[in-house]
Amino acid sequence: MSTLEIKDLHVSIDTEQGKKPILKGVSLTINSGETHAIMGPNGSGKSTLASTIAGHPRYVVDSGSITLDGEDVLAMSVDKRARAGLFLAMQYPVEIPGVTVTNFLRTAKTAIDGEAPKLRTWTKDVKDAMAQLRIEPEFAARNVNEGFSGGEKKRHEILQLELFKPKFAILDETDSGLDVDALKVVSEGVIRANEDGTMGTLLITHYTRILRYIKPDFVHVFVDGNIAEQGGPELADRLEAEGYDRFLPATAQA
Amino acid sequence: MTNAELTKETSAASNVRRISGMDEEGEQLSEINPVASPLGGAAAKSHSHGAGAGIPDSSRAGRLTSYQVADFPAITGREEDWRFTPLKRLRGLDKVALDGAAPTVAVHKPDAVTIETVGRDDARIGSAGIPDDRVSAAAWGAVNEATVITVPAEFDGRSEEHVTTVTLTGAGNAPAASHIFVHAKANSDAVVVLDHRGSAVVSENVEILVEDGARLTVVSIQDWADGTTHASSQQMKIGRDAKLKHVVVNLGGDLVRINPSARFAGPGGDIEMYGLYFADAGQHFEQRIFVDHSVPNCKSRVTYKGALQGKDAHSVWVGDVLIRKEAEGTDTYEMNRNLILTQGARADSVPNLEIETGLIEGAGHASATGRFDDEQLFYLQARGIPEDVARRLVVRGFLNEIIQQIKVPALEERLRDAVERELKAGAL
Repeated sequence: MSTLEIKDLHVSIDTEQGKKPILKGVSLTINSGETHAIMGPNGSGKSTLASTIAGHPRYVVDSGSITLDGEDVLAMSVDKRARAGLFLAMQYPVEIPGVTVTNFLRTAKTAIDGEAPKLRTWTKDVKDAMAQLRIEPEFAARNVNEGFSGGEKKRHEILQLELFKPKFAILDETDSGLDVDALKVVSEGVIRANEDGTMGTLLITHYTRILRYIKPDFVHVFVDGNIAEQGGPELADRLEAEGYDRFLPATAQA
Repeated sequence: MTNAELTKETSAASNVRRISGMDEEGEQLSEINPVASPLGGAAAKSHSHGAGAGIPDSSRAGRLTSYQVADFPAITGREEDWRFTPLKRLRGLDKVALDGAAPTVAVHKPDAVTIETVGRDDARIGSAGIPDDRVSAAAWGAVNEATVITVPAEFDGRSEEHVTTVTLTGAGNAPAASHIFVHAKANSDAVVVLDHRGSAVVSENVEILVEDGARLTVVSIQDWADGTTHASSQQMKIGRDAKLKHVVVNLGGDLVRINPSARFAGPGGDIEMYGLYFADAGQHFEQRIFVDHSVPNCKSRVTYKGALQGKDAHSVWVGDVLIRKEAEGTDTYEMNRNLILTQGARADSVPNLEIETGLIEGAGHASATGRFDDEQLFYLQARGIPEDVARRLVVRGFLNEIIQQIKVPALEERLRDAVERELKAGAL
């Protein structure tokens, strides 16, 4: 059993106009096996939380802490966080020229596990996972994300999630830009990744529709860099009916 | 995504026999040697060989060629073919007598392949090439002897132990001239490696004559010590149904400028040109390719890839392909890709395609320069891959496409090691 604990996290970015605060004191605890949905309007800081956990250099942590089983995550390099068991499925996966999917997956798996995967079982695992996510076999020979459609990029993220078996998965708007079929395929992949019920999931989304497939245990509503309300799955239903209007300042509603 | 913004892509392709919007007179796509340029005017045409009346001033076909250095005006840096070259770093190759000691020649070869040192009046010299710039002509005028490597007719030298390696070791920094002639006789099959090492200031002419039905691979490696200036005009003549694979590898030196030019002597010729370069801080690596399709039914493929790292690392790739009116059935494609690994490096990439007939199989070109940026690094690191491994993964993958074309395992291994060394040096 592992715990990812975020305490009073303040995060800013440097802009041309100076320092801009984005997260304003976020606290959140996720245990193994739990699925937390973070919902909220655009610009509320949801993706900043995801990128900060993964260690993106753009985001400056001004105060607060992130720990994984008591270990200081903020003191770890980006690659060390991944090896410690954190996985970020990115909203906008980047193209990596010259590196094939096969080569990339094997290199990453070797880095995460600290040893090369057994060739025969690995090849089969990759093939099976690709088939289940309806990724064409020829993608294995293509360069990472190069020429992939939006949906293909998202499926490639979930392929990694299934193969790398992290302790905690952070899914940053994995559902955005997917049609209903693709959303179902991707959701099934996330559910498979948590088959034994030991993976903690932080599901960041603007919409409620992915929550029809992946049932959250907790729902947190993000507004202006902080958690404005939290509750169980019923909160998501209410958001679907009412939208985010009641959380927004009166000026924005006008 | 920042990479997409930084990537400039130009491409054009056609696979139809008759290109729409183009008559049999063809179309001028190139802006090389505009009328105003020193090489584009009447003076150029009055000296040019093989360029008769009706060649437009802007065409690559109009470029001055001559064995006499005096025919070429002094280089100012404003000329199309010199505009990227830092002339000071030519260290006199365009100006002074090239009377320094030429690189020494050492050869490892199978018994059947012969090597000779011949005088400049040998009948073979000049049979495959003619200088098309002042530095090349200066070397032509200055050399007293040339090294001739001959692959006998019908020779089967495909296996690795039959590779001919000519090691050319720089003999110091006095400006020098050098001449190499590689002769593949009819229906032979061989691999010749020109391995440039040491320290030199040298203008070199390489002639490559591939007789009818022969298959030849020539790999020219520039693995010079720092401070070297090397200009090399590599001119190839490809016979009927012959096939030449030409590989340029630029790894070391201060200024390295390689100009490979391919011409066809009969139909059915096939040229594959590959290039790999890895420019570090302050290095200038320039490669100017010319494929002259003047014979029907020949094929050319040009694929150059380069990585750059460090302040003022500079690469230049110019690919001129000319399909003349008589070259019906031509099939050509050229491509250049650059990967910029750090701030402060610069890659210039200029593909030029001139088509004078619409009756071709296909013609296309592509050029793209991308950056290994923080987002890519973050992506790979977020998958547990440490920064140095991530960088190696990307560069190795990018350049391996060229390395694997060489098909000489020992050489491929050496180049992979060289890429690793470059990456390690860049990390310091």
